[in-house]
Amino acid sequence: MDFLRPATLAEALALKAERPGAVPIAGGTDVMVELNFDHRRPDALLDLTGIAELRDWSAVPGAVRLGAGVPYRRVIDELGGRLPALATASRSVGSPQIRNRGTVGGNLGAASPAGDAHPVLLATGAVVEAVSTRGTRMIPATDFYLGVKRNALAPDELIAAVHVPETGAPQQFAKVGTRNAMVIAVCSFAIALHPATGRVGAALGSAAPTPRRATAAEDFLADELGAGDQWESPTPLPDSTRRRFGELVAAAASPVDDVRGTAAYRRHALSVLARRTLDWAWQGYTGRGRPCA
Amino acid sequence: MRVNVTVNGVPRRADDVWEGESLLFVLRERLGLPGAKNACEQGECGSCTVYLDGVPVCACLVAAGQAEGREVRTVEGLADGGALDPVQEAFIEAGAVQCGFCTPGLVVAAHDLLARVPDPSDPEIREALAGNLCRCTGYEKILDAVRLAARRARS
Ligand SMILES: Cc1cc2nc3c(=O)[nH]c(=O)nc-3n(C[C@H](O)[C@H](O)[C@H](O)COP(=O)(O)OP(=O)(O)OC[C@H]3O[C@@H](n4cnc5c(N)ncnc54)[C@H](O)[C@@H]3O)c2cc1C
Ligand code: FES
Ligand code: FES
Repeated sequence: MDFLRPATLAEALALKAERPGAVPIAGGTDVMVELNFDHRRPDALLDLTGIAELRDWSAVPGAVRLGAGVPYRRVIDELGGRLPALATASRSVGSPQIRNRGTVGGNLGAASPAGDAHPVLLATGAVVEAVSTRGTRMIPATDFYLGVKRNALAPDELIAAVHVPETGAPQQFAKVGTRNAMVIAVCSFAIALHPATGRVGAALGSAAPTPRRATAAEDFLADELGAGDQWESPTPLPDSTRRRFGELVAAAASPVDDVRGTAAYRRHALSVLARRTLDWAWQGYTGRGRPCA
Repeated sequence: MRVNVTVNGVPRRADDVWEGESLLFVLRERLGLPGAKNACEQGECGSCTVYLDGVPVCACLVAAGQAEGREVRTVEGLADGGALDPVQEAFIEAGAVQCGFCTPGLVVAAHDLLARVPDPSDPEIREALAGNLCRCTGYEKILDAVRLAARRARS
Protein backbone atom coordinates (compact mmCIF):
# COMPACT_ATOMS: atom_id res chain seq x y z
CA MET A 1 0.00 0.00 0.00
CA ASP A 2 1.16 3.55 -0.72
CA PHE A 3 0.49 6.55 1.44
CA LEU A 4 0.14 9.64 -0.72
CA ARG A 5 0.37 13.04 0.92
CA PRO A 6 -0.47 15.77 -1.59
CA ALA A 7 0.14 19.31 -0.32
CA THR A 8 -2.26 21.01 -2.71
CA LEU A 9 -5.58 20.19 -4.31
CA ALA A 10 -3.99 20.29 -7.77
CA GLU A 11 -1.47 17.69 -6.68
CA ALA A 12 -4.23 15.54 -5.17
CA LEU A 13 -6.23 15.67 -8.41
CA ALA A 14 -3.22 14.69 -10.48
CA LEU A 15 -2.61 11.72 -8.16
CA LYS A 16 -6.28 10.71 -8.25
CA ALA A 17 -6.30 10.87 -12.07
CA GLU A 18 -3.21 8.71 -12.21
CA ARG A 19 -4.43 6.27 -9.55
CA PRO A 20 -8.22 6.24 -9.47
CA GLY A 21 -8.09 3.31 -7.02
CA ALA A 22 -6.43 5.44 -4.33
CA VAL A 23 -8.82 5.89 -1.42
CA PRO A 24 -9.10 9.45 -0.11
CA ILE A 25 -8.81 9.77 3.64
CA ALA A 26 -9.91 12.91 5.50
CA GLY A 27 -10.94 12.50 9.15
CA GLY A 28 -10.52 8.76 8.74
CA THR A 29 -13.53 7.98 10.92
CA ASP A 30 -14.99 5.74 8.22
CA VAL A 31 -11.85 4.72 6.32
CA MET A 32 -9.79 3.68 9.36
CA VAL A 33 -12.55 1.46 10.71
CA GLU A 34 -12.52 -0.39 7.39
CA LEU A 35 -8.74 -0.71 7.44
CA ASN A 36 -8.55 -1.77 11.09
CA PHE A 37 -11.07 -4.53 10.44
CA ASP A 38 -9.55 -5.64 7.17
CA HIS A 39 -12.67 -4.76 5.26
CA ARG A 40 -10.66 -2.79 2.79
CA ARG A 41 -7.12 -3.08 1.41
CA PRO A 42 -6.73 -0.29 -1.14
CA ASP A 43 -3.42 -0.11 -2.93
CA ALA A 44 -3.06 3.51 -1.88
CA LEU A 45 -4.41 5.99 0.64
CA LEU A 46 -4.67 9.61 -0.49
CA ASP A 47 -4.37 11.78 2.62
CA LEU A 48 -6.35 15.00 2.22
CA THR A 49 -5.53 16.52 5.60
CA GLY A 50 -2.45 18.34 4.32
CA ILE A 51 -4.46 20.34 1.77
CA ALA A 52 -5.19 23.84 3.04
CA GLU A 53 -7.80 24.55 0.32
CA LEU A 54 -10.11 21.88 1.76
CA ARG A 55 -9.93 23.08 5.34
CA ASP A 56 -11.87 26.32 5.18
CA TRP A 57 -15.33 27.67 4.58
CA SER A 58 -16.31 30.96 3.01
CA ALA A 59 -19.48 32.93 2.42
CA VAL A 60 -20.44 33.02 -1.26
CA PRO A 61 -23.60 34.75 -2.56
CA GLY A 62 -26.57 33.09 -0.84
CA ALA A 63 -24.60 30.14 0.48
CA VAL A 64 -21.70 28.87 2.50
CA ARG A 65 -19.01 27.11 0.53
CA LEU A 66 -17.97 24.51 3.05
CA GLY A 67 -14.58 22.94 2.32
CA ALA A 68 -14.76 19.15 2.26
CA GLY A 69 -12.20 18.90 5.07
CA VAL A 70 -13.91 21.13 7.65
CA PRO A 71 -14.62 18.97 10.70
CA TYR A 72 -18.04 18.86 12.41
CA ARG A 73 -16.53 20.63 15.42
CA ARG A 74 -16.03 23.77 13.35
CA VAL A 75 -19.44 23.57 11.69
CA ILE A 76 -20.88 23.58 15.20
CA ASP A 77 -18.65 26.36 16.53
CA GLU A 78 -18.62 28.65 13.51
CA LEU A 79 -21.71 28.00 11.38
CA GLY A 80 -24.59 27.61 13.86
CA GLY A 81 -26.01 30.97 12.78
CA ARG A 82 -25.67 30.59 9.02
CA LEU A 83 -26.43 26.87 8.68
CA PRO A 84 -28.53 26.00 11.74
CA ALA A 85 -29.77 22.58 10.59
CA LEU A 86 -26.32 21.40 9.49
CA ALA A 87 -24.94 22.53 12.85
CA THR A 88 -27.70 20.61 14.66
CA ALA A 89 -26.98 17.49 12.64
CA SER A 90 -23.25 17.91 13.30
CA ARG A 91 -23.87 18.11 17.06
CA SER A 92 -25.54 14.70 16.87
CA VAL A 93 -22.63 12.94 15.15
CA GLY A 94 -20.72 10.36 17.20
CA SER A 95 -18.74 11.78 20.10
CA PRO A 96 -16.51 14.82 20.63
CA GLN A 97 -13.52 12.84 19.34
CA ILE A 98 -15.42 11.86 16.18
CA ARG A 99 -16.67 15.43 15.64
CA ASN A 100 -13.13 16.76 16.00
CA ARG A 101 -12.02 14.63 13.03
CA GLY A 102 -15.04 13.69 10.93
CA THR A 103 -16.01 15.93 8.02
CA VAL A 104 -19.05 16.64 5.88
CA GLY A 105 -16.89 15.79 2.85
CA GLY A 106 -16.25 12.37 4.37
CA ASN A 107 -19.96 11.92 5.09
CA LEU A 108 -20.63 12.61 1.40
CA GLY A 109 -17.78 10.33 0.31
CA ALA A 110 -19.12 7.47 2.41
CA ALA A 111 -22.71 8.20 1.28
CA SER A 112 -24.15 5.99 3.99
CA PRO A 113 -27.95 6.12 4.07
CA ALA A 114 -27.55 6.92 7.79
CA GLY A 115 -25.15 9.85 7.36
CA ASP A 116 -26.49 12.75 9.39
CA ALA A 117 -25.49 15.57 7.05
CA HIS A 118 -27.45 14.18 4.11
CA PRO A 119 -31.06 15.03 5.02
CA VAL A 120 -29.96 18.60 5.73
CA LEU A 121 -28.04 18.90 2.46
CA LEU A 122 -31.09 17.61 0.57
CA ALA A 123 -33.63 19.80 2.38
CA THR A 124 -31.60 22.98 2.03
CA GLY A 125 -30.78 22.36 -1.63
CA ALA A 126 -27.02 22.00 -1.24
CA VAL A 127 -24.73 21.42 -4.22
CA VAL A 128 -21.59 19.26 -4.19
CA GLU A 129 -18.53 20.74 -5.89
CA ALA A 130 -16.74 17.77 -7.47
CA VAL A 131 -13.35 18.42 -9.00
CA SER A 132 -10.90 16.53 -11.18
CA THR A 133 -8.12 17.38 -13.58
CA ARG A 134 -10.93 17.53 -16.17
CA GLY A 135 -12.66 20.41 -14.40
CA THR A 136 -15.43 21.10 -11.90
CA ARG A 137 -18.91 19.58 -11.76
CA MET A 138 -21.61 21.08 -9.57
CA ILE A 139 -23.79 18.15 -8.47
CA PRO A 140 -27.05 18.95 -6.64
CA ALA A 141 -27.36 16.84 -3.47
CA THR A 142 -30.58 15.47 -4.97
CA ASP A 143 -28.53 13.80 -7.73
CA PHE A 144 -25.59 12.78 -5.56
CA TYR A 145 -26.78 9.68 -3.69
CA LEU A 146 -27.06 6.76 -6.11
CA GLY A 147 -27.35 3.68 -3.93
CA VAL A 148 -26.31 2.17 -0.60
CA LYS A 149 -22.92 3.81 0.02
CA ARG A 150 -22.70 4.83 -3.62
CA ASN A 151 -22.41 8.41 -4.82
CA ALA A 152 -22.13 10.25 -8.11
CA LEU A 153 -18.37 10.88 -7.99
CA ALA A 154 -16.32 9.64 -10.92
CA PRO A 155 -13.21 7.60 -10.00
CA ASP A 156 -10.89 10.54 -10.71
CA GLU A 157 -12.98 13.09 -8.78
CA LEU A 158 -12.66 14.52 -5.30
CA ILE A 159 -15.12 16.61 -3.36
CA ALA A 160 -13.67 20.10 -2.98
CA ALA A 161 -16.60 21.60 -1.12
CA VAL A 162 -20.31 21.56 -0.62
CA HIS A 163 -22.31 24.73 -1.20
CA VAL A 164 -25.04 24.95 1.43
CA PRO A 165 -27.65 27.67 0.88
CA GLU A 166 -28.09 30.21 3.64
CA THR A 167 -31.86 30.27 3.63
CA GLY A 168 -32.28 32.87 6.37
CA ALA A 169 -35.42 30.98 7.39
CA PRO A 170 -36.16 28.27 9.94
CA GLN A 171 -34.70 24.83 9.28
CA GLN A 172 -34.54 21.83 11.56
CA PHE A 173 -32.91 18.40 11.85
CA ALA A 174 -33.92 15.59 14.19
CA LYS A 175 -32.77 12.04 14.60
CA VAL A 176 -33.97 8.98 16.47
CA GLY A 177 -31.36 6.77 18.09
CA THR A 178 -31.20 4.18 20.80
CA ARG A 179 -29.53 6.60 23.19
CA ASN A 180 -28.44 10.22 23.28
CA ALA A 181 -24.76 9.95 22.38
CA MET A 182 -22.79 8.02 19.81
CA VAL A 183 -25.65 6.67 17.79
CA ILE A 184 -26.16 5.91 14.18
CA ALA A 185 -29.62 7.16 13.27
CA VAL A 186 -32.51 4.71 13.34
CA CYS A 187 -34.08 7.36 11.17
CA SER A 188 -33.52 11.08 10.69
CA PHE A 189 -35.29 13.98 9.10
CA ALA A 190 -34.60 17.56 8.03
CA ILE A 191 -36.94 20.36 7.01
CA ALA A 192 -36.04 23.74 5.54
CA LEU A 193 -38.48 26.54 4.77
CA HIS A 194 -37.70 28.54 1.65
CA PRO A 195 -40.05 31.56 1.90
CA ALA A 196 -38.27 33.42 -0.89
CA THR A 197 -39.34 30.78 -3.42
CA GLY A 198 -42.41 29.51 -1.60
CA ARG A 199 -40.85 26.07 -1.36
CA VAL A 200 -40.29 23.57 1.42
CA GLY A 201 -37.38 21.12 1.59
CA ALA A 202 -37.97 17.83 3.39
CA ALA A 203 -35.62 14.85 3.43
CA LEU A 204 -35.11 11.66 5.37
CA GLY A 205 -32.19 9.48 6.34
CA SER A 206 -31.69 5.88 7.44
CA ALA A 207 -35.03 4.79 6.06
CA ALA A 208 -34.26 3.95 2.42
CA PRO A 209 -31.24 2.69 0.43
CA THR A 210 -30.14 6.32 0.10
CA PRO A 211 -30.92 9.53 1.88
CA ARG A 212 -33.85 10.97 -0.06
CA ARG A 213 -36.24 13.86 -0.38
CA ALA A 214 -39.88 13.46 0.48
CA THR A 215 -41.08 15.34 -2.60
CA ALA A 216 -44.81 14.67 -2.19
CA ALA A 217 -44.58 16.05 1.35
CA GLU A 218 -42.62 19.07 0.11
CA ASP A 219 -45.20 19.85 -2.59
CA PHE A 220 -48.15 19.30 -0.28
CA LEU A 221 -46.84 21.68 2.35
CA ALA A 222 -45.75 24.31 -0.18
CA ASP A 223 -49.27 24.24 -1.69
CA GLU A 224 -50.92 24.53 1.72
CA LEU A 225 -48.70 27.42 2.71
CA GLY A 226 -49.10 29.17 -0.63
CA ALA A 227 -52.88 28.77 -0.78
CA GLY A 228 -53.43 30.12 2.71
CA ASP A 229 -51.14 33.13 2.13
CA GLN A 230 -49.21 31.70 5.05
CA TRP A 231 -45.83 33.01 3.93
CA GLU A 232 -47.13 36.58 4.18
CA SER A 233 -49.35 36.27 7.23
CA PRO A 234 -48.43 33.08 9.04
CA THR A 235 -50.92 31.52 11.42
CA PRO A 236 -50.72 28.24 13.35
CA LEU A 237 -51.04 25.26 11.02
CA PRO A 238 -54.17 23.11 11.22
CA ASP A 239 -53.73 19.62 12.66
CA SER A 240 -54.83 18.08 9.38
CA THR A 241 -51.90 19.76 7.60
CA ARG A 242 -49.35 18.69 10.18
CA ARG A 243 -50.63 15.11 10.17
CA ARG A 244 -50.78 14.83 6.40
CA PHE A 245 -47.25 16.17 6.13
CA GLY A 246 -46.07 13.47 8.56
CA GLU A 247 -47.90 10.76 6.61
CA LEU A 248 -46.40 11.85 3.31
CA VAL A 249 -42.89 11.88 4.79
CA ALA A 250 -43.39 8.36 6.16
CA ALA A 251 -44.73 7.24 2.77
CA ALA A 252 -41.56 8.49 1.07
CA ALA A 253 -39.44 6.01 3.05
CA SER A 254 -38.65 2.44 2.01
CA PRO A 255 -37.23 1.22 5.29
CA VAL A 256 -36.01 -2.24 6.20
CA ASP A 257 -36.06 -4.22 9.43
CA ASP A 258 -32.59 -4.32 10.94
CA VAL A 259 -30.83 -4.40 14.30
CA ARG A 260 -31.54 -0.73 14.87
CA GLY A 261 -35.28 -0.87 14.31
CA THR A 262 -38.15 -2.32 12.30
CA ALA A 263 -39.48 -0.81 9.10
CA ALA A 264 -42.80 -0.10 10.77
CA TYR A 265 -41.14 1.70 13.65
CA ARG A 266 -39.06 3.78 11.26
CA ARG A 267 -42.16 4.87 9.33
CA HIS A 268 -43.94 5.79 12.52
CA ALA A 269 -40.94 7.62 13.96
CA LEU A 270 -40.47 9.54 10.70
CA SER A 271 -44.03 10.82 10.76
CA VAL A 272 -43.48 12.01 14.34
CA LEU A 273 -40.14 13.65 13.49
CA ALA A 274 -41.69 15.35 10.46
CA ARG A 275 -44.58 16.80 12.43
CA ARG A 276 -42.35 17.84 15.29
CA THR A 277 -39.70 19.56 13.19
CA LEU A 278 -42.45 21.25 11.15
CA ASP A 279 -43.88 22.60 14.40
CA TRP A 280 -40.49 23.94 15.50
CA ALA A 281 -39.79 25.48 12.12
CA TRP A 282 -43.24 26.99 11.82
CA GLN A 283 -43.11 28.41 15.33
CA GLY A 284 -39.82 30.01 14.34
CA TYR A 285 -41.41 31.46 11.21
CA THR A 286 -44.56 32.82 12.87
CA GLY A 287 -42.56 34.11 15.84
CA ARG A 288 -40.26 36.02 13.56
CA GLY A 289 -43.16 37.69 11.76
CA ARG A 290 -44.78 38.88 14.97
CA PRO A 291 -44.13 42.53 15.83
CA CYS A 292 -42.49 43.20 19.19
CA ALA A 293 -45.02 43.83 21.95
CA MET B 1 7.33 4.01 5.51
CA ARG B 2 8.91 6.35 8.00
CA VAL B 3 6.82 8.62 10.22
CA ASN B 4 8.22 11.63 12.06
CA VAL B 5 6.02 12.93 14.81
CA THR B 6 6.55 15.00 17.93
CA VAL B 7 5.23 13.05 20.90
CA ASN B 8 4.92 14.71 24.28
CA GLY B 9 7.32 17.42 23.15
CA VAL B 10 10.00 15.04 21.85
CA PRO B 11 10.60 14.52 18.10
CA ARG B 12 10.24 10.80 17.41
CA ARG B 13 10.74 8.63 14.39
CA ALA B 14 9.04 5.36 13.58
CA ASP B 15 10.36 3.11 10.83
CA ASP B 16 8.80 0.29 8.83
CA VAL B 17 5.34 1.65 9.48
CA TRP B 18 2.69 -0.09 7.39
CA GLU B 19 0.78 2.51 5.31
CA GLY B 20 -2.60 1.40 6.65
CA GLU B 21 -1.49 1.44 10.27
CA SER B 22 -3.08 3.63 12.92
CA LEU B 23 -1.41 6.26 15.05
CA LEU B 24 -2.46 4.15 18.03
CA PHE B 25 -0.41 1.20 16.78
CA VAL B 26 2.60 3.44 16.20
CA LEU B 27 2.37 4.90 19.70
CA ARG B 28 1.92 1.59 21.46
CA GLU B 29 3.92 -0.87 19.41
CA ARG B 30 6.64 1.24 17.83
CA LEU B 31 7.24 4.08 20.26
CA GLY B 32 6.70 2.19 23.50
CA LEU B 33 3.89 4.38 24.79
CA PRO B 34 1.18 1.98 25.99
CA GLY B 35 -0.85 4.67 27.84
CA ALA B 36 -3.43 5.06 25.11
CA LYS B 37 -5.33 1.76 25.10
CA ASN B 38 -6.48 -0.37 22.21
CA ALA B 39 -9.95 -1.75 22.75
CA CYS B 40 -12.42 -1.37 19.92
CA GLU B 41 -10.36 0.06 17.04
CA GLN B 42 -13.51 1.69 15.73
CA GLY B 43 -13.87 4.97 17.56
CA GLU B 44 -16.56 3.72 19.90
CA CYS B 45 -14.79 3.53 23.26
CA GLY B 46 -12.40 6.49 23.49
CA SER B 47 -9.76 4.51 25.38
CA CYS B 48 -7.21 5.53 22.72
CA THR B 49 -7.90 9.27 23.07
CA VAL B 50 -4.82 11.47 22.55
CA TYR B 51 -4.30 15.09 21.57
CA LEU B 52 -3.37 15.62 17.92
CA ASP B 53 -2.23 19.21 17.45
CA GLY B 54 -4.07 20.04 20.67
CA VAL B 55 -7.36 18.39 19.66
CA PRO B 56 -8.59 15.17 21.31
CA VAL B 57 -9.03 12.39 18.77
CA CYS B 58 -9.28 8.62 18.70
CA ALA B 59 -5.73 7.51 17.83
CA CYS B 60 -7.16 4.30 16.36
CA LEU B 61 -8.84 6.35 13.61
CA VAL B 62 -5.83 8.46 12.65
CA ALA B 63 -3.67 6.94 9.93
CA ALA B 64 -0.04 6.91 11.02
CA GLY B 65 0.96 8.92 7.96
CA GLN B 66 -1.53 11.63 8.90
CA ALA B 67 0.51 12.32 12.04
CA GLU B 68 3.64 13.09 10.02
CA GLY B 69 5.07 16.40 11.20
CA ARG B 70 2.37 16.88 13.81
CA GLU B 71 2.26 17.12 17.60
CA VAL B 72 0.81 14.31 19.66
CA ARG B 73 0.27 14.44 23.39
CA THR B 74 -0.63 11.23 25.14
CA VAL B 75 -1.64 10.52 28.72
CA GLU B 76 2.06 9.94 29.44
CA GLY B 77 2.66 13.58 28.55
CA LEU B 78 0.22 15.06 31.03
CA ALA B 79 2.27 14.49 34.17
CA ASP B 80 4.98 17.05 34.80
CA GLY B 81 8.01 14.98 35.72
CA GLY B 82 7.06 13.10 38.87
CA ALA B 83 3.98 15.23 39.57
CA LEU B 84 0.69 13.95 38.26
CA ASP B 85 -1.65 16.30 36.44
CA PRO B 86 -4.47 17.54 38.72
CA VAL B 87 -6.96 15.58 36.61
CA GLN B 88 -4.99 12.38 37.24
CA GLU B 89 -4.82 13.15 40.97
CA ALA B 90 -8.55 13.75 41.08
CA PHE B 91 -9.26 10.41 39.35
CA ILE B 92 -7.25 8.61 42.02
CA GLU B 93 -8.75 10.49 44.93
CA ALA B 94 -12.32 10.17 43.75
CA GLY B 95 -11.93 6.42 43.21
CA ALA B 96 -12.69 6.85 39.53
CA VAL B 97 -10.30 4.05 38.55
CA GLN B 98 -11.40 0.43 38.71
CA CYS B 99 -9.61 -1.80 36.21
CA GLY B 100 -8.15 1.37 34.71
CA PHE B 101 -8.47 0.43 31.08
CA CYS B 102 -10.66 3.41 30.20
CA THR B 103 -8.75 5.80 32.45
CA PRO B 104 -6.08 7.19 30.07
CA GLY B 105 -8.69 8.14 27.50
CA LEU B 106 -11.00 9.63 30.08
CA VAL B 107 -8.17 11.60 31.64
CA VAL B 108 -7.25 13.14 28.28
CA ALA B 109 -10.91 13.93 27.49
CA ALA B 110 -11.43 15.48 30.95
CA HIS B 111 -8.14 17.38 30.68
CA ASP B 112 -9.31 18.91 27.40
CA LEU B 113 -12.73 19.80 28.84
CA LEU B 114 -11.24 21.61 31.83
CA ALA B 115 -8.80 23.50 29.62
CA ARG B 116 -11.73 24.81 27.57
CA VAL B 117 -14.42 25.06 30.28
CA PRO B 118 -12.97 25.63 33.76
CA ASP B 119 -16.33 25.35 35.51
CA PRO B 120 -18.31 22.77 33.55
CA SER B 121 -21.92 21.92 34.35
CA ASP B 122 -22.89 18.26 34.74
CA PRO B 123 -24.43 18.13 31.26
CA GLU B 124 -21.21 19.63 29.87
CA ILE B 125 -19.14 16.95 31.61
CA ARG B 126 -21.40 14.19 30.32
CA GLU B 127 -21.27 15.57 26.81
CA ALA B 128 -17.47 15.90 26.88
CA LEU B 129 -17.08 12.30 28.06
CA ALA B 130 -19.78 10.84 25.80
CA GLY B 131 -17.14 9.22 23.59
CA ASN B 132 -15.47 7.32 26.44
CA LEU B 133 -16.84 4.03 27.68
CA CYS B 134 -16.09 2.46 31.05
CA ARG B 135 -16.84 -1.25 31.25
CA CYS B 136 -16.63 -1.18 35.02
CA THR B 137 -19.42 1.41 35.02
CA GLY B 138 -17.62 3.79 37.30
CA TYR B 139 -19.31 6.81 35.72
CA GLU B 140 -20.51 8.41 38.96
CA LYS B 141 -17.01 8.41 40.40
CA ILE B 142 -15.65 9.65 37.09
CA LEU B 143 -18.05 12.60 37.22
CA ASP B 144 -16.93 13.19 40.83
CA ALA B 145 -13.32 13.23 39.68
CA VAL B 146 -13.95 15.82 37.00
CA ARG B 147 -15.91 18.02 39.42
CA LEU B 148 -13.10 17.68 41.96
CA ALA B 149 -10.41 18.60 39.43
CA ALA B 150 -12.45 21.61 38.31
CA ARG B 151 -12.99 22.78 41.89
CA ARG B 152 -9.29 22.48 42.71
CA ALA B 153 -8.23 24.33 39.57
CA ARG B 154 -10.55 27.21 40.46
CA SER B 155 -9.42 27.59 44.05
C1 LIG C 1 -17.68 5.91 16.57
C2 LIG C 1 -18.27 6.51 15.32
C3 LIG C 1 -19.48 7.18 15.38
C4 LIG C 1 -20.01 7.73 14.24
N1 LIG C 1 -21.20 8.38 14.34
C5 LIG C 1 -21.75 8.95 13.25
C6 LIG C 1 -22.98 9.65 13.35
O1 LIG C 1 -23.58 9.79 14.42
N2 LIG C 1 -23.49 10.19 12.20
C7 LIG C 1 -22.86 10.08 10.99
O2 LIG C 1 -23.36 10.60 10.01
N3 LIG C 1 -21.69 9.41 10.88
C8 LIG C 1 -21.13 8.85 11.98
N4 LIG C 1 -19.95 8.16 11.86
C9 LIG C 1 -19.35 7.99 10.54
C10 LIG C 1 -18.30 9.06 10.16
O3 LIG C 1 -17.79 9.71 11.30
C11 LIG C 1 -18.90 10.12 9.23
O4 LIG C 1 -19.38 9.52 8.05
C12 LIG C 1 -17.88 11.21 8.86
O5 LIG C 1 -18.56 12.27 8.25
C13 LIG C 1 -16.77 10.73 7.95
O6 LIG C 1 -15.90 11.82 7.74
P1 LIG C 1 -14.30 11.58 7.69
O7 LIG C 1 -13.71 12.88 7.32
O8 LIG C 1 -13.84 10.94 8.92
O9 LIG C 1 -14.24 10.57 6.46
P2 LIG C 1 -13.15 9.49 6.01
O10 LIG C 1 -13.24 8.27 6.83
O11 LIG C 1 -11.82 10.14 5.86
O12 LIG C 1 -13.72 9.21 4.55
C14 LIG C 1 -15.03 8.66 4.38
C15 LIG C 1 -15.26 8.35 2.90
O13 LIG C 1 -15.28 9.52 2.12
C16 LIG C 1 -14.23 9.54 1.18
N5 LIG C 1 -13.76 10.91 1.16
C17 LIG C 1 -13.37 11.67 2.22
N6 LIG C 1 -13.11 12.93 1.82
C18 LIG C 1 -13.31 12.98 0.47
C19 LIG C 1 -13.19 14.00 -0.51
N7 LIG C 1 -12.84 15.26 -0.21
N8 LIG C 1 -13.49 13.69 -1.80
C20 LIG C 1 -13.88 12.43 -2.12
N9 LIG C 1 -14.01 11.42 -1.24
C21 LIG C 1 -13.73 11.70 0.06
C22 LIG C 1 -13.23 8.50 1.65
O14 LIG C 1 -12.50 7.94 0.61
C23 LIG C 1 -14.17 7.49 2.29
O15 LIG C 1 -14.75 6.65 1.31
C24 LIG C 1 -19.35 7.61 13.00
C25 LIG C 1 -18.12 6.95 12.93
C26 LIG C 1 -17.57 6.41 14.08
C27 LIG C 1 -16.26 5.71 14.01
S1 FES D 1 -9.73 1.89 20.57
FE1 FES D 1 -9.98 3.81 19.63
S2 FES D 1 -11.96 4.36 20.24
FE2 FES D 1 -11.80 2.34 21.01
S1 FES E 1 -12.31 1.33 35.11
FE1 FES E 1 -12.49 -0.50 33.99
S2 FES E 1 -13.18 0.18 32.09
FE2 FES E 1 -13.32 1.94 33.28
